[in-house]
Amino acid sequence: MPELCGIELEHPVINASGTYDAIAARAVFGDALLEDFPFAAFVSKTITPEPRAGNAPRRIWETPAGMLNSIGLPNKGLEGFLAEDLPRLAALPVPLIVSIMATSREDFARCVERVAARREVAAIELNVSCPNVHSGLIVGEDPAETEALLETLRPRTEKPLIVKLTPNVAGPAAVAAGAERGGADAVSLINTLKGTAVDPATGAPALGNGYGGLSGPAVRPVALEQVRSVRAATGLPIVGMGGIASGADAAEFLALGASVVAVGTESFRDPRAGSRVAAELESTLRLERVSEPVLDLD
Amino acid sequence: MNAPFGRRLCEVAANRDSGGYRVVSLLDHEGPEPEPGQFYMLAAEAGWGADGGRAFLPRAISVAATAPGARGGVRLDFLLDAVGPGTERLCGLGAGEGVWITGPLGNSFAAPAEVSPGAAGAVLVGGGVGVAPLALLRRRFGERGVPHRVLLGFRDRRHTGGLDLFCGSSGALCPEVRLATEDGHTGLQGRVTDLLLPILAGDDARSGVVYACGPPAMLEAVRALCAEHGVACELALESPMACGFGACFGCAVPKPGGGFLRLCVDGPVLRGDQVEEVSHAYA
Repeated sequence: MPELCGIELEHPVINASGTYDAIAARAVFGDALLEDFPFAAFVSKTITPEPRAGNAPRRIWETPAGMLNSIGLPNKGLEGFLAEDLPRLAALPVPLIVSIMATSREDFARCVERVAARREVAAIELNVSCPNVHSGLIVGEDPAETEALLETLRPRTEKPLIVKLTPNVAGPAAVAAGAERGGADAVSLINTLKGTAVDPATGAPALGNGYGGLSGPAVRPVALEQVRSVRAATGLPIVGMGGIASGADAAEFLALGASVVAVGTESFRDPRAGSRVAAELESTLRLERVSEPVLDLD
Repeated sequence: MNAPFGRRLCEVAANRDSGGYRVVSLLDHEGPEPEPGQFYMLAAEAGWGADGGRAFLPRAISVAATAPGARGGVRLDFLLDAVGPGTERLCGLGAGEGVWITGPLGNSFAAPAEVSPGAAGAVLVGGGVGVAPLALLRRRFGERGVPHRVLLGFRDRRHTGGLDLFCGSSGALCPEVRLATEDGHTGLQGRVTDLLLPILAGDDARSGVVYACGPPAMLEAVRALCAEHGVACELALESPMACGFGACFGCAVPKPGGGFLRLCVDGPVLRGDQVEEVSHAYA
């Protein structure tokens, strides 16, 4: 059975933070969501110390084989999340990973302590890479900053700390190594790639915020290379993601050293994409197992 | 009633012309019958992404009509205008082709008395391809004996689609439907709000509710006119939307007091007083 930092998973497919609102999906699809939950663990949207409304529209823009988003981390804030959302997410039939982001080490530490104290939470993902929020870029762009943040947070909890890496750096492997030195338990990558587009109707940037993050199959080769380079630089478990839309895509990430994969944008196109990717991956891996002895005979 | 979980493949039953738009009919054997105002996420099974990597995301399209399917299930009729790679592909679908659908999604129009206590009648105001959900709403009001008038606005002769969804295939307009066209080729020369204004100014205006769907400028004009005359209204909005089920947070509509609604799960039908201003920025 696959596992991530000691958390047992039914299959190796989880969701990318910010790409699935299980509470809204439950209201839309009813109990069928719980009976056939598409992910082996659920990663929450990123929670910040204070509530955030999110960015002004326009927030999304379709691109070739992908999309740009500039959502801006709308959320109820730490206390609103703990009081209202966490009890409902605890009803999901899978382990819960809470994503958090803050603009100072002190605020990060407060969030980690408050979230980790809740027994419903299996692990914490640290968003140091969201390109939509100015302050989010700083830590994840710098190996020493990342190491220092982890050194602050590590003593605050024994629960796994997963660092979500930004791809918008020259050397993500160096940042991953910094996270490892600081005491992280795993890294997840990639977050979205910084990008923009021009609205042909206006000649101006299409997104209200001027720029956004690119996701979807368009980014998959970039994600694969970053997973490969991070694998070479650290011994940490890797949650691999970036444009995964099928079991074959997921198998590429596993082949390059990811322990677990995450589905993000594909869930927008197919609300059950996580289950489908897991099933396709299972049959891909079974085929490989069957074919190995045949290859040996050759 | 909840939408079935996940997307499902439906067959195209028909694709016909309707005044410059297309009416694409799908056979759905799994979902419940949609309510007026609800929408589906649609993506062609084949050729989606064939135009330089687009379309990539499914398209949110509201239902214009329903009927019992020939072999069971529900026939869903969608009114489509080819304005980009997604709608172009959907407009080109042939009978027998497959379409991925998720839905029905979103809320629906409410009865007049639910929108405004004591209100009994309805004025339906549609513009362009936005007349679609009003066709389904008009049928519902007809079945329930809700008195209603229908005002429809179109740009020109090549954009006068969907009329047959209101009045049957005979081509004759039913008496309660009035038209405005910007080129004046039929109906009043002008805008649909030119037809609405005298109704709002009438003594009995507040005994009715306005239901509107159309381009952002039209919806904003309707919203402002209704607010000015103290008449309640429901607006079916459109917004860029990646998922349709609350996951992407893309379809943000500003609330009057600050913050945002998610149009897919909080709408697509909003009361006029839930919206600060209907703007091209998010529609």
